[in-house]
Amino acid sequence: MTKVLTDTRSIRIKGRSFLALVLSPEPPLDAWLTRLDDLASRSAGFFLGRPVVLDVADLEIDRAGLKKLIDELGQRNVRIMGIEGGRPSLFEPGMPPAMKGGRPAPDIEIPAEPTVEPVGAASAKASASSVLVEPQAARAISSIVIREPVRSGQSVIFPEGDVTVVGSVASGAEIIAGGSVHIYGTLRGRVLAGSVGNASARIFCRRLEAELLAIDGVYKTAEDMAPNLRGQAVQLWLEGIRSWQKDLTEPAAGQHTGAGRWRK
Amino acid sequence: MAKVIVVTSGKGGVGKTTSTAALGAALAQRNEKTVVVDFDVGLRNLDLVMGAERRVVYDLVNVIQGDAKLPQALIRDKRLDTLFLLPASQTRDKDCLTAEGVERVMAELRKHFDWIICDSPAGIERGATLAMRHADIAVIVTNPEVSSVRDSDRIIGLLDAKTERAERGERVEKHLLLTRYDPVRAERGDMLKVDDVLEILSIPLVGIVPESTDVLRASNLGAPVTLADSRSAPALAYLDAARRIAGETVPMTIPGEKRGLLGKLFGRRAA
Ligand SMILES: Nc1ncnc2c1ncn2[C@@H]1O[C@H](COP(=O)(O)OP(=O)(O)OP(=O)(O)O)[C@@H](O)[C@H]1O
Ligand SMILES: [Mg+2]
Repeated sequence: MTKVLTDTRSIRIKGRSFLALVLSPEPPLDAWLTRLDDLASRSAGFFLGRPVVLDVADLEIDRAGLKKLIDELGQRNVRIMGIEGGRPSLFEPGMPPAMKGGRPAPDIEIPAEPTVEPVGAASAKASASSVLVEPQAARAISSIVIREPVRSGQSVIFPEGDVTVVGSVASGAEIIAGGSVHIYGTLRGRVLAGSVGNASARIFCRRLEAELLAIDGVYKTAEDMAPNLRGQAVQLWLEGIRSWQKDLTEPAAGQHTGAGRWRK
Repeated sequence: MAKVIVVTSGKGGVGKTTSTAALGAALAQRNEKTVVVDFDVGLRNLDLVMGAERRVVYDLVNVIQGDAKLPQALIRDKRLDTLFLLPASQTRDKDCLTAEGVERVMAELRKHFDWIICDSPAGIERGATLAMRHADIAVIVTNPEVSSVRDSDRIIGLLDAKTERAERGERVEKHLLLTRYDPVRAERGDMLKVDDVLEILSIPLVGIVPESTDVLRASNLGAPVTLADSRSAPALAYLDAARRIAGETVPMTIPGEKRGLLGKLFGRRAA
């Protein structure tokens, strides 16, 4: 029997790229989970509702071990949307799908029209409608300027490059930038700079009161930060690129981040 | 031209209803026709603070659902004939407020009043977003403590995103009203300082209302504090705040400090 289509419109399938957080567990897994719990307890809800990809490329793990790991993460409310770098034999039905081709830079469609000349900087207003900057619209943009305070509950996500905020970033607000982040005000919320794998990204702010900082995945929570940086105008950068995977075990302040006072 | 004011905060119990009634009465005393609208469907309060609870026949939900006409639901204040109340329903829940219904009621109120003051429920859900939806002016009620300040910050973000004005690319005029300010505790340092709150929220200050038993006394009498005892400290603070909202320049005072000291803070803009 053949089915008769009454509606002949074609199904619309589109490609879209999203920014996901990538977790790369390290052995021994028990200790790694303990460190994750530690991060979560100091930064409650950090993974909640975010797409998280598990990177197991460098991990010796079998199928049972992987199932257990996904389970452990699930109990911590970390929901894995995909697994990167896993051998085909690791997967079984019901697991998050294998993901390939993850790139540190966002997926940008090849434009049909002639390429636009790159623009050095553009600006965007921080009305919450433009708070999540659409990657498509930002094809040739390497930085954005937010001209007002970023309020609690708002996030600015800009994987393409630098974010400059002319104003403060409130407690409970966050900036996620592919490049560096400049805040001409007080930083009370969270900043994740170099979020798509850029260890040379830096964070600048007029006054540091942050809840959480990260450069290229190296985290510092408020408790990890050197107390003498609080309330100061600072510049923060990563010192050993290779050290980033170890950072959770080494909360000692100042080890991977350096600070310099701004000159007026 | 009619102005719609939303009195909002995010956090509950900070003094929105008290402030709505006090500012409403203060504006009405300027001989400008004023209505206070209770958006706290299911937990109405404004009728009690206004002393009109025994005169409620129809409410906002009845008007939205077409069971009553707006003039039937409006209650005129017994003390001030320029002051009206549009009560909320105590028996329904917030889902009875529809976006179209609220829009229709607001458009009609704009034709008849100079000031329309909406008492928002706490939270950031439907009731709160509908209350702010049509606002031209927002009074953000904040207590000098960390959680209240952070919730206010969240609300300011919503005012810049979820209101009609924001969607038209315009701004809602925002005013910070610091309430339940306790000079003794401020002196001891167990409350946020006025300066700190202003620095965090970076919106202009419209008034500082002291913590005072006069507020409770007025609400037990069923009168806005500005009518119950217009010489009391909270009444004076609200009367000044109302003048500032109406566009006058009035020097600012911190309760417990010398008058005028804070003048420089008033009107301070975002950093
Ligand atoms: N300045 C003040 N001094 C003393 N008490 C006050 C003051 N302002 C408000 N209150 C008291 O605080 C309580 C809460 O006030 P109110 O009902 O106005 O807050 P609200 O923000 O409307 O609360 P909700 O979020 O529940 O609607 C009331 O008991 C009120 O009398
Ligand atoms: Mg109330």
